[in-house]
Amino acid sequence: MSEAKTRINKDFTNAPMCLSGRGVTRVFTAGRTRTVAVDHVDFDFHVGEFVSIVGESGSGKTTLSKMLLGLLEATEGEIQFMGKPRDISTGAKKREYWKGIQAIFQDPFSSYNVFHKIDSVLLDCINMRGGKNLPKDKKIEMMTEACSFVNLKFAELTNKYPFELSGGQMQRLMIARIFLLKPKILLADEPTSMVDACSRATILDMLLDLRDETGMTIIFITHDIGLAYYISDTVYIMEHGKFVEFGKADEVIINPQAAYTKRLISDVPKIHEEWDLSTVDLKAAE
Amino acid sequence: MGKIMLEVRDLKTKYITRFHEDVYSVDGVSFTIEEGKSLGVAGESGCGKSTLALSVLGYYFPPLHYRSGEIIIDGKNISGMDPDTVRRTILGTEIAYIPQAAMNALNPTMKIIRFIEDVIHVHDPKAEKAAIREQAEARFAELGLPREVLDKHAVELSGGMKQRTVIAISTILSPKVLIADEPSSALDVTSQKMVIKMMRELMEKGYIKSMMFITHELPLLYNVTDDIMVMYAGQIVEKGSAKEMVFDPTHPYSHGLMGSILVPEEGTRGTTLTAIPGTPPNLKKPPQGCRFAERCKYAKPECRYTGIPERFFGENGTRMYRCLMGVDELKEVYSHE
Repeated sequence: MSEAKTRINKDFTNAPMCLSGRGVTRVFTAGRTRTVAVDHVDFDFHVGEFVSIVGESGSGKTTLSKMLLGLLEATEGEIQFMGKPRDISTGAKKREYWKGIQAIFQDPFSSYNVFHKIDSVLLDCINMRGGKNLPKDKKIEMMTEACSFVNLKFAELTNKYPFELSGGQMQRLMIARIFLLKPKILLADEPTSMVDACSRATILDMLLDLRDETGMTIIFITHDIGLAYYISDTVYIMEHGKFVEFGKADEVIINPQAAYTKRLISDVPKIHEEWDLSTVDLKAAE
Repeated sequence: MGKIMLEVRDLKTKYITRFHEDVYSVDGVSFTIEEGKSLGVAGESGCGKSTLALSVLGYYFPPLHYRSGEIIIDGKNISGMDPDTVRRTILGTEIAYIPQAAMNALNPTMKIIRFIEDVIHVHDPKAEKAAIREQAEARFAELGLPREVLDKHAVELSGGMKQRTVIAISTILSPKVLIADEPSSALDVTSQKMVIKMMRELMEKGYIKSMMFITHELPLLYNVTDDIMVMYAGQIVEKGSAKEMVFDPTHPYSHGLMGSILVPEEGTRGTTLTAIPGTPPNLKKPPQGCRFAERCKYAKPECRYTGIPERFFGENGTRMYRCLMGVDELKEVYSHE
């Protein structure tokens, strides 16, 4: 238990900056309607920090994550990567940027190309890291290591297709990919919402191991504040495209200031305190 | 002791795959639910929770097949009944079901009121449309759903609203038993709370007499249901009241499951989650002995080949578990962790 404590309560205020943003905004327009999905947000993610972004459906979490990944352009604002303004204006620069940032998505079933075998999924990662000319034995050794990191056996997976695995196994294989790629930043968008509680514990544990082993920054996007509390160093709470509160996980969740944070916490079923259902007004909704 | 609403005795069902192999997905499950009570079913993916729901419902369409056992709803035995007869006479009035992806169950071309007419017309073909509307409006008002929803199409509603609408539709005939299979797992926490509140109101106002709630989210079960049973590889491995199950689990599997609970409360941070290693057994050939033996930290050699009976303990023998080890013996090993 003491080991786990030291592993999460680190101080990151003086750590070097990894990804930061000032006034990042995204507006979607359709005809005359303007939807501000992300509204002038500022953030500083440090090297090796485990950051969670928490919010309800529609709060702008996924739009923000797409901008961070460079899949969506920001309408306004600036994003800095490793202390320099991020430049992803050309295809080649984008590919270079993606060597530094990788993602795990919510649905493991749609994250794989169904025509590619597991071997080629992992080989691609090795090739991307410049290991194209390595001898075959070395490649297999690397793949075996990556699989054993996530408690999978490479010997059992080789020559299989991704759809032959269970959801939890697929998601773990996704982490094995990240282990091979060793990006500077991992963006995990609800990676545990489609697996059951038992595999969830395994996956969270692996993410923490991954951070400890490679020192990467992990940005974890979730709607479950309990999860965020368990796993992260820093928590950003997002409502209607804005960060309403952010800070160390302990401070934000044990002593929330914003009304929205308080509501999110009260909405999660708990086991030591009573879950107050009287605050829900069915008629007032929508 | 209240009146028994649902009684299931040694229910066994199987799937037949297209290669003519049998998969024993529900294998000797027994439980009862009394009037006004709710029962939670927990367990990991693939342990047979959803199959149990379909089996209790009498939904025996291939590949699911009935093998043996009895299902008694309020004194009426429905086991072995033809699924089409079940649909016409039992579904809706005696038992109702909310599937996992209930929100996708609504036909996008139909207005909500049409679904309600459908449900009522199956049981009473002569029911007047005006009367149905009146009944639906009254029920929607009771449950805090806006009346306008009745004239909307499914696509116009948000996820949480759709889910609540589906629940209102399936319980319109006030069934005796409601089976909810992960009704809130696709929703965010706020909508989830509203769905739960609505289900509780259904119970309190007597629109449903009892409930079986299936989910893998243990903190949710703890807050919603009176009793919890834990399922593993087609069998019930432990049963008890919600409080006993969360704070004092007996079976090694339940013990492992309860160790994976995550809640935003002081003290959860920094604790180590216990993940259970390994994968569940193949149900085409269920293990001879304890089904959990392969993954159990405390398994002894005899666990692998001895059949494990259900054992009862606690006050009035209300708690059940399935393990060779005694209660005190298990407590002893847990205390050393």
